[in-house]
Amino acid sequence: MEKLADHPQPRAPAVSRHASPRRVIPIQPTSDEAALYEIRRKIHPRAVHGWFAGWRVALVCATQMAFYGLAWLPWNGRQAVLFDLAARKFYLFGAVFWPQDVIYLAVLLIVAALSLFLFTALAGRLWCGYACPQTVYTEIFMWIERRIEGDRLARLRLDGAPLSPRKFLLRTAKHGAWLAVALWTGYTFVGYFTPIRELGAAALARQLGAWEAFWILFYAAATYGNAGWLREQVCKYMCPYARFQGVMFDQDTLVITYDRARGEPRGGRAKSVVPGAKGLGDCVDCGICVQVCPTGIDIRDGLQYDCIGCAACIDACDQVMDKMGYARGLIRYTTQTALEQGLGRAAIWKRTLRPRTLIYAAVLVAVTAAGAASLATRNPLRVDVIRDRGALAREAAPGRIENVYRVQIMNTDEAVRRYTIAASGLTGIEVVGVAQPVEVDAASTRLLALRLQAPVDAGSANAPAAGPHRVELTVRAIDDDSVVRHEPSTFIVPR
Amino acid sequence: MSDFTSDGWSFYIAIVTLVSIIACGALLYALGRVRVTRTEGGEPVETTGHVWDGDLVEYNNPLPRWWMWLFYATIVFALAYLVLYPGLGKAPGALGWTSTGAYSTEVRDFDAKTASLYAHFLDQDTKAVAADPGARAIGERLFLNYCAQCHGSDAGGSKGFPNLADADWLYGGDPERIRESIANGRNGIMPAFGSFLGADGVRNVAAYVRSLSGLPADDVRAQVGKRVFAENCAACHGADAKGNPALGAPNLTDQTWLYGSTEAVIAETISRGRGEASVVSRMPAHKDRLDDGKIKLLAAYVWALLNVK
Repeated sequence: MEKLADHPQPRAPAVSRHASPRRVIPIQPTSDEAALYEIRRKIHPRAVHGWFAGWRVALVCATQMAFYGLAWLPWNGRQAVLFDLAARKFYLFGAVFWPQDVIYLAVLLIVAALSLFLFTALAGRLWCGYACPQTVYTEIFMWIERRIEGDRLARLRLDGAPLSPRKFLLRTAKHGAWLAVALWTGYTFVGYFTPIRELGAAALARQLGAWEAFWILFYAAATYGNAGWLREQVCKYMCPYARFQGVMFDQDTLVITYDRARGEPRGGRAKSVVPGAKGLGDCVDCGICVQVCPTGIDIRDGLQYDCIGCAACIDACDQVMDKMGYARGLIRYTTQTALEQGLGRAAIWKRTLRPRTLIYAAVLVAVTAAGAASLATRNPLRVDVIRDRGALAREAAPGRIENVYRVQIMNTDEAVRRYTIAASGLTGIEVVGVAQPVEVDAASTRLLALRLQAPVDAGSANAPAAGPHRVELTVRAIDDDSVVRHEPSTFIVPR
Repeated sequence: MSDFTSDGWSFYIAIVTLVSIIACGALLYALGRVRVTRTEGGEPVETTGHVWDGDLVEYNNPLPRWWMWLFYATIVFALAYLVLYPGLGKAPGALGWTSTGAYSTEVRDFDAKTASLYAHFLDQDTKAVAADPGARAIGERLFLNYCAQCHGSDAGGSKGFPNLADADWLYGGDPERIRESIANGRNGIMPAFGSFLGADGVRNVAAYVRSLSGLPADDVRAQVGKRVFAENCAACHGADAKGNPALGAPNLTDQTWLYGSTEAVIAETISRGRGEASVVSRMPAHKDRLDDGKIKLLAAYVWALLNVK
């Protein structure tokens, strides 16, 4: 449900895609009645080349080289990026994260969210158009499809043709290639959770664990289904981000826009017709902007939630304008303010520095810097102290009271460390029952039962009163004074 | 099921569940057949025609048809689930799955996985197990789980719970006796002598008991108490008061005090007894809760506290 009057995104005010009397590829059924569910028509986007297409290819390559490649990178005798769920240790290059470090995951997610806000406020759905896995894998799958079955027209023809040996062969080749990419993707994905080389060896020896096999096949199926079959439907019907992007746009956000004032009235014409002649606008109504669109919309209807901001229509239209000898940019990145007030490039750029983007950027920088600083000064030692709850206290020797504690020492460093344990907070309090220094293996945990003893001489003036006392356990690495933890606990003196 | 609910609730829940599922299916079917106007007089109609609050209208953004089939699939899934698993009131489900059954299966699977490990230890002498650092590490974890609540994380005990790390044993400290204590439990009873000895008699015996381990005590009372002790206490604690491991009677001549060494506490022990009226001083049997392998590892760990350095 949406309030038409307050709809935040401009929709086609004058010319609607449904009423268009001109010959365009039918996107919606033309019948007078419509169901609440419709049979989906497969979209065959036409190949597109140009500035933005080049950027997308570059980003697809960059993200996928990182994704497929990083899993194979060794680091200090282990995999550089490995999320060992069973051992609850998360290796990221030189750092080992423990579940206790979950705050850094929160920081990462906050940084990701703020980046999303910032980039969306600046230039719309950049994430959707260039970096989202749905876009990236669809792009890869469409590239495969294009190499095997040909471009849009050839594919449309093949779809309409009856089954023949050639069609069967092409379809088999396409799905085979898709499945191969999907399986490799699933294998790589699981390779971030199980060492990828061991996983490969196990797969070759047919000794994959049931869960590993399941997740490889699951991610393969998800990749194949999403990038091969679902495609734009994921963006249109499943992705929540497509729906809430509207609140992150404002009048000065760069969005892909058809310059209606310049383009209308649209119409076909000979190449020799100069702009403005015959009472026509610059839009030659060739329909190529619709043909290249991966979500099958007509950008000339205005900003729509289906638009993933891939800018394929800009590249396509610019080429047509070049051929016609018209100025580029009939479809371009521009802002609502710029269209209304006829602002130039410089003015648009100037308006990118507005409170919304500046605040997003400031918060983003602050959170990133705080996270990085915290990470750089992270203490590789963690200590938990749990006082034995079963007994309050006991008399170790006449005049000496002791309490029992479990002390868990976590060495998150990838080196063996030795620690001393000391206590403070009561006169004469000392740690007994543990051989010092305590050695803890690399990236592991050691649980110690130890006792704190304090003299409780009733005759003495500074004897501690009966009841609980705050004490502090100090665990310190013997070779590095900066690796130290002070953990508070309670020491009980009985009545 | 609780005693307070009648079978009627089971039927009530089953009926609510089934009616809801059928209603979902009917709604889906009805919506699948709805047709809305697309164009009217050549003008496009983008909304479903529903109006709320005067101006609130609904766009028709049709979902793909396969989405509707997914909805139907969820209904099929729900029905299949309700047939196979317990979900419809008290109906047990065709697979006979229960949460307690799943728990026991998991425990059994885990025990099967560790069985070979424990079998290896069961074949060995307890002292040999105690010499194995890996076995001691397992034993320590078992101890922290099952024993530390009473005996302390360091096995040092507390009032009423014996220290397991020292050389003083109520029931004997060789591995087999320790294993027995864990498996079968111990039930130490010190009878109450208060009404028999009288308050004065109790104080005399307490003074004597304190003098046994060199603690300051009233000499006169201790002399009287010695005679009373020989008549009433020596049967269990021995004429020399060194205790009797067969009965769990503690040695009274050492510095180990299970309940405390002050005269007041000793007098309380004598007059009111220990363990008769309360569960304190009762070590519960663990043979029904822990298997032989775990008990052996625990015995080895406890024995090693004093004997393996």
